[in-house]
Formats: sequence, structure tokens, C-alpha cells
Amino acid sequence: MTISLSKALVIDKLEVVFDRFRALRGVSLDVMPGESFGLVGESGSGKSTLLRAVAGLAPTTGGSITVNGKLLGKSRTKAFYREVQMVFQDPYGSLHPRQTVDRLLLEPLAVHGFTDIEKRILRALDEVGLGASFRFRYSHQLSGGQRQRVAIARALILEPSILLLDEPTSALDASVQAEVLNLLEQIRRDRKLTFLMVSHDLAVVTHMCDRLMVMQNGAEVERLSAADLAARKVTQAYTRNLLVASDGFVRPDIPAV
Amino acid sequence: MSTLLTVKDLRVQFPTRTGVVDAVRGVSFTLGRERLGIVGESGSGKSQTGRAIMGLTPPHAKITAETLNFDGIDLLKVSAAERRSLRGNRIAMILQDPKYSLNPVMSIGRQIVETLRTHERVSRSEARKRALDMLAAVQIRDPERVYDLHPHEVSGGMGQRAMIAMMLITGPELLIADEPTSALDVTVQLDVLAILDNLVRDRGMGLIFISHDLRLVSSFCDRVIVMYAGHIVEEIAARDLHNAKHSYTQGLLNCMPKIGADTHPLPILDRKPEWAA
Repeated sequence: MTISLSKALVIDKLEVVFDRFRALRGVSLDVMPGESFGLVGESGSGKSTLLRAVAGLAPTTGGSITVNGKLLGKSRTKAFYREVQMVFQDPYGSLHPRQTVDRLLLEPLAVHGFTDIEKRILRALDEVGLGASFRFRYSHQLSGGQRQRVAIARALILEPSILLLDEPTSALDASVQAEVLNLLEQIRRDRKLTFLMVSHDLAVVTHMCDRLMVMQNGAEVERLSAADLAARKVTQAYTRNLLVASDGFVRPDIPAV
Repeated sequence: MSTLLTVKDLRVQFPTRTGVVDAVRGVSFTLGRERLGIVGESGSGKSQTGRAIMGLTPPHAKITAETLNFDGIDLLKVSAAERRSLRGNRIAMILQDPKYSLNPVMSIGRQIVETLRTHERVSRSEARKRALDMLAAVQIRDPERVYDLHPHEVSGGMGQRAMIAMMLITGPELLIADEPTSALDVTVQLDVLAILDNLVRDRGMGLIFISHDLRLVSSFCDRVIVMYAGHIVEEIAARDLHNAKHSYTQGLLNCMPKIGADTHPLPILDRKPEWAA
């Protein structure tokens, strides 16, 4: 297929079934290289499952995933994980509690047989704004924002071209969220990365992504550009509800009794 | 407006191996029958303030206050037994995540009845009836069915409604809600808030709404207290929040991405040492 060669990620009619529950019902999307694509929806909408299916963490039962022109099979190769890396939601759960930052960053390098380990670890830490002084700390000695920076450094250290982001800032305070979002944007610009980002927060997704897909019950509701969403040009009632909800609480006018 | 709760110079200290941690450092406010929001980042002391009022501070912590008065009762002087009779009866608290705050091995109905019968002498059948009415009041469509379900069998939104039902069945005068909707989806969040809003208004309760979400609090509450490093940096009417004076409040408001506002990169909170002073 010549079309999919120019695309970073093509997902075609993907199906995921857990026991008898259909978590994904034939979802398709395509992401251009260097693009940032967002997935929005409530819990249970299948947005995280889609991301995990790409990473090989969810059992696919139908459809196909093509990454940089290569069709993915049942298992993922080592080369795939150099191309695609993931950042998880909860930085308190995704870092090994008994490993230092140095050890955490060393592992992917060792797995993939890198030799210039010293240089790469220092550069990765520097890139996420932590500096060499954090290298021999344990994760419990770091704040939530610092942990998420380590998780991002770990994902970047293999120089992937695609980053899967599963609610990367929802466990963080608003002020820390801003710092992490800025860091992600800057990295994407500098390294020309492709992002596939999941969030329940419409504001975060419109800030970070060019295009987005709204999901519900494992299927696509609507696909639209961030600009359309900002201009409230939505066609589906469900998306409109999400937009209204993200504006905050509106007290219904009830006449005093 | 009559004053329900007076807090003056509240301090909560935790002794640790590396010295004393001042979680709350001199918080003062009064509350009438209104909705008061307490906003702050993690570690700002907002939850510890709520817990101190409720009497849920761990025993090794030290609480001091010039005044901690609830409807004429000095909360720091009363006995543990009196405190217990207040807690869950006249003062109630809704916690963040129904997955962890409900008893996993007890059906929802039994938990609600337990709360009621701890504080009031009512017959079993009367308690059951009131629990069912309360479940209906929090807009659970089929109370009879939900009554017999266990917490793991219901969704987050349903669990949080059950939690609200449990807390409101004794008809408390003061309700402390600590991040009551943070674990819920945005759309469910608003449903739960609407239920809370109706009940608070109809029953004339005082509400302390603790949250990290400035936007949500400003749309829900009458008055907002902004906390930083254990003390209050600003107190402001919710509708005036966008004109907040303190640079911390402004910074918090600005660093959130907004739909339609195209600011790249996002402004970052520039923490000033004098805020913590």
C-alpha cells in the first residue's frame, strides 16, 4: 500500500475483545508523521484500549495496525519498541519503586544493546529538564511532575518516532500539568515526533492536538480538528455534551419557593 | 446569615523523623449556610483543614486553634464520644473515590442503614424505607435493586451517589466534600454536582467543597478560599474569581489550557517565596 507508507500510524477496523466484552468495535484512524492526534471519551469508551492495542498490551481480534508502513503481527518486535514508546497515566505506578532513575533509564538501553549509555542517560535527563543531580534518586524522592518527566525521559531515550501518551497529566496538579504539556510540545517540535494522546480533558486535547476523535462505547462518535472543536463546530450531540460539561457547573434557574 | 462554623488560626502539625511538618498554618474562616470552596494544589493543606473540622486527623498529629466552633460547640474541647455523635450526624463528609471509601463487603443499603441507626433510634423497616427514599433522592432510578448491590457492582457515579445518600440520611447541617467528583467522568461529575446542589439548597446545609479544580469550584460555590503551603492566600467571591488579585490565584487560572485559547507554550506558575510566608 503506497498510501500507508507516508503515514506514521494507520489503524483499520480494529477490534479488541476481553472475554466476551467488545472493548473496541472496529475503530479506524490514521496519523501523519509529526502530527499530534487526540482521543477523547469517558471511562470505558475504549480510548486507552486503543492505545494499549497499538503498544501490544491488549488482545486484538480483528483489523490491522500499520506503523511507519509496516503491518504489525500478533507479537511486537524489538525494532517496534524502538519506534513506538508509551507514557502511562500514573507516574506513581509506572516507575519501579526500588530502582534509581539511573537504573530505570539504563534498562531500555541495555535491552536494545546501546553502548553510549552514560551520554544518553545524561542527555535524556537534561532534555526533560531534570539535570544530572536526579540521576541516583529513587522515585519516592521525586514529586509527581518529576516522576512524569522521568517516564518521558525513559520513553525518549530510545529515540522513538511515535509516542503513545495515556492521560500523561491527569494525575498532576494544574500548574505541574502546564509544565509537562509544555515539555511534551517542545520535544515534539525538536524531534519531529508523532503523538497519539488520550485524555478525558477536552481542553488538554485541543491544546495539544491538531485532530481528535471522540469515542464512546468502543466506537468512534466523531472525528474533527481542534480548530473546529474550538469554534464549537460539532455535529454529534455527545460531543456537544462533553463541550458543555467541560465549561463547569451551570446552576439551573429555579425560582425561589 | 447565621454562622455555623467558626475557624480561627487553625494549625495542624505532623511530627516526623525529620522534624515537624506544618500541614495547616493558621487558617481562619467562617461558614454560614452557604457553599464555600477550598482550592489548592496537592500538599496545600486543604484536605487536612477539612479533616481537622471533621475530627479525622491522625492521633499523632497536633491540632491547635484559637477557635474551632461548630454551632456553639467547641470542637477541640468536647469528648471523643460527643465528637463521635456529631460525626456522620450533624457534620458529614464525602470522600473522593467511592471505590475506596465504601465498605466492599457490605451491601450499599446496609451501609446506609448502619449510618442511620448509629445516630437515630429507628426500627429496621423504618430505616430501610428511609434508605430507599434517600437513594431515590440522589436520583438512583431503581433504589430497590441498588439497595442490595455491593460497591463493586456499581459504577463510579452510582457509588458516589450512594456515598452522598449515606452522608445525607442523618440530615447533617454541615457537609464537607473532599474532591467529591474528581474520580468521575466530566458528564457524570455534573450530574453528581447537581444532586449535591439541590440537596444543599433544599435542606439549608453549609457546604465546604474541597477541590484542586479552580474552574469547577468557581462555577459551583458562592465563595472560594485559595490555599497555598498551609495557609489562605486569598478569599474571593466565586463570580469575581477571574479578577483574582493574588498572583498565585492568577497563575493557577492562567496555566490551565482553555478550549479556543491558543497559547503556546502555556504560562507556567512562577512560585514566589513570599507566597509561603
